[in-house]
Amino acid sequence: MSRAKKKHNAEDYLRMYRQMVRIRTFEDNANQLYLSAKMPGLTHMYSGEEAVAVGICEALRPTDRITSTHRGHGHCVAKGAEFKQMFCELLGKEEGYCRGKGGSMHIADQSNGNLGANAIVGGSMGIATGSAFSAKMLGRNEVTVCFFGDGATAQGLLYEVMNMAALWKLPVIYACENNGYSEYTRTAEIAAGSITARAEAFGIEAHKVDGQDVLAVNELTRKLVERCRKGEGPFFMELETYRYHGHHVGDINREYYRSKEEERDWKENRDPIIRFRAWLAAEGIATEDEIEAMNAEIKDDAAAAVEYALNAKYPAASEVDMHVFTDVKHVMA
Amino acid sequence: MREITLSQAVNEALAEEMRRDDTVFIIGEDVAEAGTPFKVLSGLVEEFGTERVLDTPIAEPGFMGIAVGAAMTGTRPVVDLMFGDFIYLVMDQLCNQAAKTHYMSGGKLNVPLVLRTNLGATRRSAAQHSQSLHALVAHIPGLKVALPSSAFEAKGLMKTAIRDDNPVVIFEDKLMYNDKAAVPEEEYLIPFGEAKVLREGSDITLIGTSSMVQVCQKAAELLSAQGISAEVIDPRTIVPLDEATLLGSAKKTSRVIVVDEGHQSFGITGEIASRINEKAFYHLDAPVLRMGAMDVPVPFSPALEDLTVPTPEGVVANARKLVAGEMLHAA
Ligand SMILES: Cc1ncc(C[n+]2csc(CCOP(=O)(O)OP(=O)(O)O)c2C)c(N)n1
Ligand SMILES: [Mg+2]
Repeated sequence: MSRAKKKHNAEDYLRMYRQMVRIRTFEDNANQLYLSAKMPGLTHMYSGEEAVAVGICEALRPTDRITSTHRGHGHCVAKGAEFKQMFCELLGKEEGYCRGKGGSMHIADQSNGNLGANAIVGGSMGIATGSAFSAKMLGRNEVTVCFFGDGATAQGLLYEVMNMAALWKLPVIYACENNGYSEYTRTAEIAAGSITARAEAFGIEAHKVDGQDVLAVNELTRKLVERCRKGEGPFFMELETYRYHGHHVGDINREYYRSKEEERDWKENRDPIIRFRAWLAAEGIATEDEIEAMNAEIKDDAAAAVEYALNAKYPAASEVDMHVFTDVKHVMA
Repeated sequence: MREITLSQAVNEALAEEMRRDDTVFIIGEDVAEAGTPFKVLSGLVEEFGTERVLDTPIAEPGFMGIAVGAAMTGTRPVVDLMFGDFIYLVMDQLCNQAAKTHYMSGGKLNVPLVLRTNLGATRRSAAQHSQSLHALVAHIPGLKVALPSSAFEAKGLMKTAIRDDNPVVIFEDKLMYNDKAAVPEEEYLIPFGEAKVLREGSDITLIGTSSMVQVCQKAAELLSAQGISAEVIDPRTIVPLDEATLLGSAKKTSRVIVVDEGHQSFGITGEIASRINEKAFYHLDAPVLRMGAMDVPVPFSPALEDLTVPTPEGVVANARKLVAGEMLHAA
């Protein structure tokens, strides 16, 4: 990693490391909740892709916005969410960020600019572009990042909104998390030609970056965000990454579509956390002991949040018909 | 008779029709090697190859449009839409194109395609993966709509759908894929527009669709223990709708509850109830009652989700009131 290594950035680096470990730890606990049948429904793990969400969100302000996906826990943590409300949401409890109404696929800390995780693949592309539109219209110097997967590049909506974003110079960054698979299918089988060239066809500047290198992701995003604020957007980023688990937690036997060797190679040789940790130590930014202490603290935090969420209250039955409309308290009343 | 799951029944129907007719093909996301997330199509690509079991990118309007064009020009596509909730993405191709082509061409063009998808809540999948949207398409003239309620119906209705020269939308209940039922080895078809009387009764008629057929049957059992005799009818297709059977039963029992998992307002239950009101009014001893899903997006939390769909207990409570002559909406 050949990056600006200034000592005064140490705090930023440590926060990036902490956020990546927080995501991994959150996911390990979520997976455990699923395996022990304590979590309702299914969930999609972000493990392996941490450097993407963290590298990008660390380049944003709390007032900047993001749109997330079905694989949204990582974006949610990276944009500033707390474990407690996240685990509560995962378990359908009242104190969850969406009062238990959204669950894993709709989890978001709205107060930190997260406009929502989305269970419709590609469903957030219009929303992200609209958010950039209103920022421009209202003269707010905010940037919106639209997260989506390689599989989502097949949705026509992307091309409609990129066209308008380019025409209207909107402050939006399209961040394609290319983890090599769309469910049980390889990207090569569902995406013709080059992904970045599609953005370029609209005159949108597009970059490809190693999504396992948090500093590379962060450095590029900082530049693009800065330029977005000056009215030079939109931009497109393709981040090469990998998901460690199955498509969702129930996708256990997956050798028919991807090999164990491939998984091992990514985990052992390209893990974003291991790589960054080694760099932190080599640069003298943190000692092994300090890193271990941080890991342990995060682990305890997560365990406490899980415990809290397991014991937390479900929403009252009377909530079921609330929040359908802004101006009707109970639609069934 | 042997028993197979609803999944296996659909799989068999497709395999048999694909063997019978080379122009039948399947198109959708992860339908080939993966055999869909519900594993309904496992094994078909091995038999029919990737030319007839086509994996698509995540581009629902695109592959739906291709299917419409292919259906108009000599093939019989079976479009696989992974979740019924994604039907919003294909609405233009389905409702503006497929549904209207035969009519707009003065009867000269046909669109013999099947859209197979699913419905049903209580899987803890939240608002965008739990909807029952069959009323949306039943509203559009030119589309037939089938709602299988068991493995037996699923097989027979699918085979009929594939042979139909019109666009047909089939909604399977995604919670029933592993439910078994007796299914004959011999070939059979289930004609569209023929309701099935699952249980005869004299005090009240329970009309249930898809997932709600089980709910009605359970309710009928509970009612029978309380001395109330309920007739249970499954329309099997809502377009076309077997009015004669429904009206006959309404006239016989004089009380009707219609139970369906779509949202209650502006839905299937209202349509069926009003047909009965219009055509059997003087035979009724109580207003025809609608029981649909609550008019809210489906919530994730188990504590809330279960409140949104009709239950056997809910049907029983309403049936008792109707039979007791308690006017639910006292005028
Ligand atoms: C419109 C729509 N079609 C299909 C699906 C089912 N589905 C959920 S995730 C997924 C794959 C998405 O792949 P990608 O965009 O690469 O994201 P990843 O899961 O790899 O993060 C599919 C097909 C969906 N949720 N929405
Ligand atoms: Mg992907």
